[in-house]
This record gives sequence, structure tokens and C-alpha cells, in this order.
Amino acid sequence: MNDYLLEMRDLRIETIVDSRKKRAKPTEILKGIDLTLRRGEVVGLIGESGAGKSTIGLAAMGYARRGLRLSSGEIWLDGQQILGGSVAQLAQLRGQKVAYVAQSAAASFNPAHRLLAQVLEVTKIHKHMNTAKAEKRAVELFARMGLPHPEAFGMRYPHEVSGGQLQRAMTAMALAGEPDLIVFDEPTTALDVTTQIDVLAIIKEVIQEYKTAALYITHDLGVVAQISDRIKVLKNGAEVEEQATESLLNAPQNAYTKELLNVRSTVIETELSDDEPVALGAEGIDASYGTVQVLNDVSVALKRGSNLAIVGESGSGKSTLARVIMGLLPPSKGTLSYNDQPLSSGLSDRTASQRKSIQMIYQLPDVAMNPRQTIAEIIGRPAQVFVGMSKQNTLNRVHELLHLVDLPVEMAQAYPNQLSGGQKQRVCIARALAAEPDVIICDEVTSALDPLVADGIIELLLKLQRKFGISYIFITHDMAMVRAIANDVVVMKAGTVVEQGAKARVFAPPFNDYTHLLMSSTPEMRVGWLENVLTERRMEAGGQ
Amino acid sequence: MESAGLSGLILKRLASGLVTLFIVSLMVFAGTEILPGDVAHAILGQQATPDSVQAIRDELGLDRPAILRYLEWLYNFVQGDLGVSLISGREITDLIDTRLRNSFFLASVAAVIAIPFAVGLGLVAALYEDRLADKSITIMTLVFVSLPDFLLGYLLLLVGAVTLGWFPALSRISSSMSFIEQLQAVALPCLTLVLVVSAHTMRLTRAAVLSVMNQAYIEMAELKGAGRRRIILRHALPNALSPVLNIVMLTLAYLIVGVVVVEAVFNYSGMGQLMIDAVSKRDMPLVQACGLIFASVYVLLNLSADILSILTNPRRRRPK
Repeated sequence: MNDYLLEMRDLRIETIVDSRKKRAKPTEILKGIDLTLRRGEVVGLIGESGAGKSTIGLAAMGYARRGLRLSSGEIWLDGQQILGGSVAQLAQLRGQKVAYVAQSAAASFNPAHRLLAQVLEVTKIHKHMNTAKAEKRAVELFARMGLPHPEAFGMRYPHEVSGGQLQRAMTAMALAGEPDLIVFDEPTTALDVTTQIDVLAIIKEVIQEYKTAALYITHDLGVVAQISDRIKVLKNGAEVEEQATESLLNAPQNAYTKELLNVRSTVIETELSDDEPVALGAEGIDASYGTVQVLNDVSVALKRGSNLAIVGESGSGKSTLARVIMGLLPPSKGTLSYNDQPLSSGLSDRTASQRKSIQMIYQLPDVAMNPRQTIAEIIGRPAQVFVGMSKQNTLNRVHELLHLVDLPVEMAQAYPNQLSGGQKQRVCIARALAAEPDVIICDEVTSALDPLVADGIIELLLKLQRKFGISYIFITHDMAMVRAIANDVVVMKAGTVVEQGAKARVFAPPFNDYTHLLMSSTPEMRVGWLENVLTERRMEAGGQ
Repeated sequence: MESAGLSGLILKRLASGLVTLFIVSLMVFAGTEILPGDVAHAILGQQATPDSVQAIRDELGLDRPAILRYLEWLYNFVQGDLGVSLISGREITDLIDTRLRNSFFLASVAAVIAIPFAVGLGLVAALYEDRLADKSITIMTLVFVSLPDFLLGYLLLLVGAVTLGWFPALSRISSSMSFIEQLQAVALPCLTLVLVVSAHTMRLTRAAVLSVMNQAYIEMAELKGAGRRRIILRHALPNALSPVLNIVMLTLAYLIVGVVVVEAVFNYSGMGQLMIDAVSKRDMPLVQACGLIFASVYVLLNLSADILSILTNPRRRRPK
């Protein structure tokens, strides 16, 4: 034997087909994966959705999700073959030898039990230490994970703590069983950048401290570069390449890896003067949901034909601002203007031409389309309503619009669920275009998409801007995108504007503290970035 | 702070229950007002002359405005005075006493059998989703839910009492009978009720458990090495509890209210029979009393389901 902790040989996973359907063939989800991991080593698995990253992670625990089965190959965990292992054998390993940290902590904690009980469950199942000792260790782990009031923290229920805290608690839960291997499945993807960096730092520290090996799954190269010794790039269930982190980042061999490394193709440098005509303006906006005030004296201006990026963390009020501009949430104070004309705050008081001119594209294309309408109906409707097209003209227009967003014309008769995520977002763009708008508000339009697909969407939006002179408001938390394509930037925090102005000014010294925090928290694709940032922050804190 | 929020929540539920009951009382009263026919005519039958009808109307105060009669009725009802039967002249409280107990007896026996039976079947069906056990349970319960309860009752009568002769055809019980004899007497109506309510309860339980079993925290429990038993009892059940409790309470309410038809089929002297008689004889105070009692039981059970589901759900028990 060898000294690998985890060894996968030619692992294949396929879908289970209904035995009654004779002609149905299983689809291969993993197409012969080899993977090795030594004790204490961290391997990053990276790829877009559908690449099979999570499937590999779960296979390391002898687990396949519903509808999938481990069809052939070998999985050795600490000298034991676990592929085809008995239920009892696998249960014995899970939690104790290998633990799992899931993407959504909020969904992965049982809402009915206190956090401590869930963290200690592993030791209870495996009778691995007595309760008093386990509790003491849990409190130590909570303290180590930087959770507030570690003694009392465990007495809370999952809904009573924040997302970042839950994610840390889940890492504590994984460590509670003292496993040799932890599978991290996108543990920071659902977090804000400023929270992500803390969680990332602590995960990195504890896996070094407890000498735990880890499989780290993510679609974000910047994140995986900080934590892994080696990176394996996957695509459609097969390996693209595997290299030590440093050399993968510096000398990728495969074309696909190179694409992943340089996703951003267009960079806009144009600086607009302050006297450019304003397409859409908001002045001194206050808005609230019920008694909770979410926007406080917010003023923004979108210059004609430009890109205005509104950035901030969740809860900063950026999406609320979009709702106010769209007329969906009347503000309690402040005024809106469109092309120097006053714009009514209520949607029903706006003129037809105003309503047509301002369109919106949403974060989740899945829920923004009626699943029972064809693409032609979805795109055709605004053409009929806003532009007053006849039936025959509408169909021609739909084809034209599909062509504009680089989708095949045949897609007109398809339903949304037959399309991929990127295609759906293109349909949403076509729908917005159908109204022939001047201004489009893009609310996190790329955050649900894989990086390469997201880049395609941004390219498309910019192409349309060059063609039709559309002005965009990008609501986003993606600082890299903002740096690439924004003309002007508005930074929001807790319902107020922290800083705004031309991109070159906002992103250059002297920095606003919060803007700087946001910028420096965005992972960069180089080894040692995390340490650099943390050292810098420590020095700044020490210097003050 | 925490307990104040909790008792506040429960008080709110109680208040809404009271409001519901008030509205129901209005509807019961209004409903009996618009029933066709006249009590005076019903009492007098063939001998009704305009004078005697008027005399009775005066005596019963039927010519007074409805709103006054409603308020008076409600006032008395709240104090436990249900009034006097127009037909027999007896206190309604006395009339209802044994009948209500008989109905409760039948409903509780049915509940004691039906609820564990149906919830158990639902659990089994959920655990063996899409396998033989699940499919046969689903088909069986579908058959029983599609049969109307009176038809099922007659079928059971035919088989259980006439063909096999195991059980009495008339389900009469009296206080002189032993408990076992009473059970034997209600066996057929009870079986009818069990079969009728089990289908819904089983299907709803199955759905509630399945939706919980698809949650990420169930996968997490499995990845922590928890066994099947632990996953179901510790992780799935507490979260399925609140929907299942709701189902159980609805079943109970259906049992108590739904006995009307079954009682008629088996000629069982319970509340249902009493109410049917009262309606046919235009004995309005009795109809109103029965109606409001049924409604109260229903509201009370739903209220307890609500409160229990608050108590079993930490998110509602300890809102942020």
C-alpha cells in the first residue's frame, strides 16, 4: 500500500435509470476521475456547475446524491475500500474519518435543534468522547472559530445567528469528530466578501492547526488559490488538468484553464465629466419597509449611455434602490427624474413611454420567467404591450431579438426549463430589449452564473450598449466586474451612500475606509494574497 | 422577553379563536333563521289554526327582532344555559349530555385507532417511497377515500352484521353495558370512521415527512454518520411534527363533526342523530346548540394544533 489518505482510481458515477424504461441509458456524471490526497494536504477542486466537483467531494464519503450511483472504480479512504461499502461501514467513517462542510449552512443545520446539540452529535453517534469533554471541546472550537460568547453560542438555534457565524459553526461541527479529512463544498460562496475573507482565513488556520487534510470545492479560483496545495480543474465530469497551485496559476497548460484564469475580456476606462447629461436621477431618497428604514438620503445619477455600478453587501439597500427607481416601492422622501423630467414615484402614475424606457433584469432568470410560457411569448409580450406590435410583426421581432442576444431563432418555441442558466439570462435581456428601453437596471444579473457564462452576459450587454446607446445601472457585489466595466461607482452601506464618483477616483487613493475594505476583501488569483491582506490589516490596526 | 413573546403569540391565537367562534355563532343563528318552515307549525302539526300559531309565536317570542333574540341566546349560551327544546320542552343541556358523551366515545375510539394507524402508515409509505409498500398503502387508502362514508357504512353492515353476524347491526350503547360490550357495539361505525379518515391523514403525513426528508440537513445528518433510525426520529420527525400535528387535529375535528352521517347509518344515538332529528322537527334552539357545540370543538382543536405547532417550532417559539 501507499501512504495516501484518500485515493480515487478511475471513479465513475452515473445516473440511476428506471429499470422499466428499456431504452433509457444512464448518463455518466463522473467520467473516470483519479485523485490522491495525503494527510494534511489540501486539494482544490474547481470548475463550473455540472463539472462534478460536489459529486467527487461526496464520493470521498462514500455518498452519492439521490438518483446517482457510484458505478465503478475505487475509493480508498485510509486504507479501506469504501466504494460499495456497507451502510454500517460508511456510517462508521462519516463524521469520524471524513466530515462535510456544506455550501448553505442555513439549510444544513436542523432548525429544530440547538447548535451545540448538532455540533456534538458526531461525538454522540460515534461514542467518541464523554459529553462533558465533548462540550468543553465544542466551546474551544467555537472560541477558535471566533464566534461570539463561545460558552453561550451553542445554546442558540440556527435561525438566531448570522450566515457567517453559521458557516463557522459548521466548520466547528466538522472538526468536532476530529476527522482526518474535511470536504468543504463551496463554504464561502453564499457569504458577503467581507465575511468571506474572515471565514476563509479561519478555515485555513484551523486546517493547518489540526493537520486535517481537505478537499476544497469552489468555482472561484481566487478563493481556491488561497487555501490549496494543489488544484484540480474539472469540466463536465472529467479532469482538465491538475497542478500545484502556484504553477497552475502561473503556467496553466490547458486552454480551458487559461480561460478560467482570464475571464474578464473587456475593460472600460472612459471617464465621464460631471456635466454629461443625466438619463436617470434620484435625489435624497428615503425608503422603508413598514417601520424599518432601508434607504437614507440616497442620491445617484446615471449619465446617458454610461454604466453606473451600485456596490455594497447584502442589506446595504442596493436592491431596494432599484425597486424605488422602477416605481415598485414609493419612497417616503426624495424625487426621481428621467431625462431632466420629473419621474413619478408610483408606477401607475408614470406615462407609458416612461415605463417602457426603464426596464429591469433580475438576478435569478429561473424565477423571472413564467415556466408555462414559451420564449416567444415571454419576449413577445413587452413588444406588443409597449411598442404595440401586431402578431405577425411580433414573431419577426422575437427572432430579431433572439439574434441580438446570440440565441438560435429555433429557441422561440422552447420553454424556460429547456434552457441553461446563461441562455435564460439572455432571454431576460431580450425581453428587456423588446420594450426598446433607454435605461436597464441589472440587479446582480451575473451572480447566479458561472464566471465564463457571466462574462458572456456582460459582453453582450456592452455590445448592446454600443449599438443602442443604452445606459445601465449594475447592482452588484462583484468588485472585479465593477472595476472592469463601470464608468461611475456608488458604494452603499446600511442604506446610505458611503462614497460615489468616477471609477478612477473611487478606486484610487485616498480610499474611503469601507470602499477599501470591500476592495481588499475580494480574492485575487495569486498565492499569498490572503496572508498579505491579513498582515496589512493587522499592521493598520496596530498602527492606529 | 422570550416568554413574553411566546405567551403573546398564544394569546393572539386564543383571541382569533374567540373571534372565529363569534362569527360562527352569527352564522349558526342566521342559518337557522333562514331555514324554511315555522316552528309553531311544526309543533302544532295538523291542529294549526292561525290563532294557535300566533299564540305559540307570542309565547316563544318569535316575533321579536332577530338581533335581540340573537343577543339573548348568545348571552345565555355563554353562561352555559342552552335553552329549552321547543319540541320536548326539556332542558337542552340534559338532552345533549348523554348524546355528546356517546359521540365523544365513538370519536375517541375511532381516533385512538385511526391516528396511530394512519400516521404509522404515512411514515412507512414515506420511508419506502415508490416501493411496493408505499404503492399498496396508497392504493388501499385511495379506494377507501373514494367510497362515500355512508356507502362504506352500509357495506360494512352487510358484511360484518348480516353475512358474518359478528357485530350488531344497530349500534346502541347504554350505561348498563360493560366497556367491552360497548366497544363491540360501536365496532362497525368505528371501523367506518377509521377507514374514511385514515386515507387523508396517511397521505398528508407521507407528504410532510417526504418534504422534510429532502432537506439539506437530512443529508448532513447522514454525512455525520447517523443511522436511519436517528435520522428519522431525531432529524426528520421534529420538523415534520408541526404539519403532522395539524393533520391529527383536523382528523380529530372531522371525527367529531363527521360522525353525523355515520351515526345515522348505524342508528347510533349521538349528537349527529340528535341534530338531524332537531332539524327535521324545526327545533331551532336545539339545532343552534348542536351547531355551536360542533363549531366550538372544531375551533378548539384547530387552536390547539396551532399552539402545539408554535411550541414545537423553535423559529416561532423564539422569533428573532
